[in-house]
Amino acid sequence: MRHAVVRHIRTIATLLLAAALMLSVATARAGPPDWLPKPARGKGEKCVADTGWMRRNHMTALMHQRDATVHEGIHTGRFSLERCIECHAVNGADGKPVTIANPKHFCRTCHDYAAVQIDCFDCHASRPGPKAATTNNAAPERFAKTDAAVLAQYLRSLER
Amino acid sequence: MSCRSNSGAGCGRSGECECATATSDAVDNARRTFLRGAAAMTVTTLAAGVTLYGFGAEPAAARATGEKASSKVRWGLLIDASKCSDGCTACVSACQSENGWHDTGHPTTDAQWIRKLTVKDPNTGATFSLPMMCQHCAKPPCVDVCPTGASFRRADGIVLVDKHICIGCRYCMMACPYKARSFIHEPVDDQKPYAPRGRGTVESCTLCVHRVDEGRTPACVEACNDTGGGAMLFGDLNDSSSEIAKRVAAYRTTRIRDDLGTDPGVRYVNI
Repeated sequence: MRHAVVRHIRTIATLLLAAALMLSVATARAGPPDWLPKPARGKGEKCVADTGWMRRNHMTALMHQRDATVHEGIHTGRFSLERCIECHAVNGADGKPVTIANPKHFCRTCHDYAAVQIDCFDCHASRPGPKAATTNNAAPERFAKTDAAVLAQYLRSLER
Repeated sequence: MSCRSNSGAGCGRSGECECATATSDAVDNARRTFLRGAAAMTVTTLAAGVTLYGFGAEPAAARATGEKASSKVRWGLLIDASKCSDGCTACVSACQSENGWHDTGHPTTDAQWIRKLTVKDPNTGATFSLPMMCQHCAKPPCVDVCPTGASFRRADGIVLVDKHICIGCRYCMMACPYKARSFIHEPVDDQKPYAPRGRGTVESCTLCVHRVDEGRTPACVEACNDTGGGAMLFGDLNDSSSEIAKRVAAYRTTRIRDDLGTDPGVRYVNI
């Protein structure tokens, strides 16, 4: 008798657990929750690197790019801020690309959420403007699979 | 500065060249005498209206994408003050619209990348006009004093401020004998994508580095050629076949405050 009750309780618990799991799977399928930032899609087909890599490493890539560009005059364009801005421009109500002052700005969507201040736009233009001919418009290359390999590959490309 | 072996007129039959940096006083004096003669010749030729025409844009060679600025190149300007008319500000407005600096209603502190000066001889009353901007020195005092390394000279001779590491201390402004640098006091918005500028940093003429890297000439030179007097010539001082190097080799040119030994890349004639 006692064993039967324990068995029943076990069955009920298993069923409840299964139901909870199924529910969570269903919620995940419905998409990310509302409170997560939803940055606008870029204009191009794909980004210069995988989205996950860019989320983790865009700041490092931009930092190296800036030194190469300012000090050595290298305009390869792959991690050019100008190019990011061009592709990820978000149009405002007036149909023109918004500046960093607007919370809809591509960079602000995530940076506001993460509470990370960006100083780039104290000096840099935050929306597309007249384009310099040196901007490389070739289709973005794909990266190797692992982040470490990718960063190594990128850093090697700077050592010329 | 080293001697260019193929600098035509300066090289004697023995293979010796006239050097800009003479090693002894004797050589220096000989050079001065030679240059004085050359100057007189220039004036004569100018009076006959033969030379110094065709000043203006000279296509610069664009580097391949991804290639570093080379130290084989020394970008420079040659400005003929006799063709620079008092009151013409074509170069200044071109620089403003190209690089996005303008009056903000604070004339004493507004940024000024290039300005027109009128110089008067107090004895005779004779005046002439010239544009003044960063002289892109080979030995720039602004670079010497910069505590962070933000003020630097690029391999091809262009003196720039890396605003990422500029802390706005303004030592460079104090050190510059040409008063070429400005500090940005007000927040800036709507910058040009190729010419970032922002509050709290120092800035100056970049010799339109974004245009030079594309193989174009600076905006001031283009404007002076189009709507001004055609007084400005841009080119590679190290390339003996370039128009600017030929003119610098042929005529007496002046570097402002040459006595300071900064070796500016901007040279003037008829001042």
